[in-house]
Amino acid sequence: MAEGQNSRKRRAAFPAPRVDELLIADMVEPRSRVLDVGCGDGTLLHLLSEDRGVDARGIELSQRGVNDCVAKGLSVIQGDADTDLEGYPDDAFDYVILSQTLQATRRPRQVLEHMLRIGRHAIVSFPNFGHWRIRAQLALLGHMPITHNLQAPWYDTPNIHFCTISDFLALAQTIDARIERGIALGRFGTPLRFSEPWIWNLFGEQGVFRLTRKE
Amino acid sequence: MDARVTVAQTTKAASQREADEPHSLVVRFGLDQPLAMDAGVSLAPLTIAYQTYGTLNADKSNAILVCHALTGDQHVASDHPITKKPGWWWIMVGPGRPIDTNRYFVISTNVVGGCMGTTGPASLNPATGRPYGLDLPLVTIRDMVNAQAMLIDHLGIETLFCVAGGSMGGMQVLQWAASFPSRVFAALPIATAAKHSSQNIAFHEVGRQAIMADPNWCQGRYLEEGVFPTKGLSVARMAAHITYMSDEALQSKFGRKLQGREAPTFSFDADFQIENYLRHQGTSFVDRFDANSYLYVTRACDYFDLAADYGGSLALAFKGTKTRFCVVSFQSDWLYTTAASRAIVHALNAGGASVSFVDIETDRGHDAFLLNEPEFIATTRGFLDAAARARGLPPAKGSSRTESPEEETL
Repeated sequence: MAEGQNSRKRRAAFPAPRVDELLIADMVEPRSRVLDVGCGDGTLLHLLSEDRGVDARGIELSQRGVNDCVAKGLSVIQGDADTDLEGYPDDAFDYVILSQTLQATRRPRQVLEHMLRIGRHAIVSFPNFGHWRIRAQLALLGHMPITHNLQAPWYDTPNIHFCTISDFLALAQTIDARIERGIALGRFGTPLRFSEPWIWNLFGEQGVFRLTRKE
Repeated sequence: MDARVTVAQTTKAASQREADEPHSLVVRFGLDQPLAMDAGVSLAPLTIAYQTYGTLNADKSNAILVCHALTGDQHVASDHPITKKPGWWWIMVGPGRPIDTNRYFVISTNVVGGCMGTTGPASLNPATGRPYGLDLPLVTIRDMVNAQAMLIDHLGIETLFCVAGGSMGGMQVLQWAASFPSRVFAALPIATAAKHSSQNIAFHEVGRQAIMADPNWCQGRYLEEGVFPTKGLSVARMAAHITYMSDEALQSKFGRKLQGREAPTFSFDADFQIENYLRHQGTSFVDRFDANSYLYVTRACDYFDLAADYGGSLALAFKGTKTRFCVVSFQSDWLYTTAASRAIVHALNAGGASVSFVDIETDRGHDAFLLNEPEFIATTRGFLDAAARARGLPPAKGSSRTESPEEETL
């Protein structure tokens, strides 16, 4: 009885995963080794380790996030994606994940390159700045877009390097990465049915991509 | 003046007695159980003084070994027998505290080379009937850990639930995890380093030279001469104490404030509050610590270089380990820096270990691990709780968390 209460309480400590987190988890093979860069409160780590038996580790910048994760029994390191990935050896993980963090890094290209070096696969999810609502806000209203995905005003956001899905695909090509899987999510977090890149770029609110090094 | 000397001599005598007849549990290993030391000799007989708190459970799976820092001792959560002050980690260890003695069985030993009852330079050398002095072989961190392992064997414990400690205690934690990976379920190295930097060694050397320059040191034979290198040990402590605090904390606490006067005296009196504070730290330290022990334990830290024992690769020291690690550093600690902790974390990562790392935001410097730092306390509690769940330890019975202890002052 007491046990049951305890485990219920523990589950309640984790918010429901976001759609992109569920999609990312789907892209990860069970029982693999995963590094989640910018793991926040550990929701995805928990999902991976509990439901998929993954050996999951995290890096998180904020002390609050790290403490939350450590208290929940997750292996999380306080660190900065921009500086700390350098110290990781090649091929240390099967997957390195960057969910909704790419746009907050100072050097997105280097971060992505390190991810592909450290992991056999890199999985990235990010908000698509090419979405028509965002384009419309900037074009018609003339102010920095605020959407339900990007709620902070321009002066108060951790995001410093926005990109569109097209920009991301171009960067992947530049750094010799191969797209293994790609999904664009529409308004309500549902995957778009068409896979033409221009449709993704116009109607996708988020992109989720799994990359690997070109042989 | 005379009264002060008498008081000092009485506490000195008490501390001398503490080395031979400690106020704690003691286990004696005879000539048939020698400690093989890194210096290439065996130490026997060997006495280990220790304390325990809480109850060992039936399957002996709830034992936490707490390793003490440079001048600490086995009195983690009980009053110090000489100074009568609360144990050095009472904030962390006790009923309802993060290292909850309602749930865990806590063991703490005085290290080999110490002066609180475990064999050290102040102990009587059975071969000569005189204190060891410098006849004691040089002690290393690994020797300390091997001696602790003898005690843990003696207590019949196969696997420790956790080994925890800060500073030199953290070095012991790392050594435990490297030497006995299958005997350490969880490891909590705090404010520590896998090797001493040149600057670390330099500060220790200043302390040792201060002790050895004191005429009362008598080549280490002061106990037989009936004198004590009070001045030298006190200076050593003063120099070390500066490294335990951050510039910022010193500045906000003392600044350039004068002590009990309106203007400088144009002399070498302790005009500034910081001088007064350091002198107090120095003189109160000599009452409870042995000068030769200070030489031994500082040297042990200097020699510590875990990677060197594994072909220069720290990652190899932890290769394939199943131990769950939580490394903690403090942002303003310039003695054992965040970078030094990060190096440990990278090695653990490269070795494939399960590791968490928290860099606590504080301005209190190295000493922060002894103080009431809420984030640090929360981290420790969370890590141990999660590890205990993984180990299948039941929650503490009928214990409610005690309130955070009163703030410790410098």
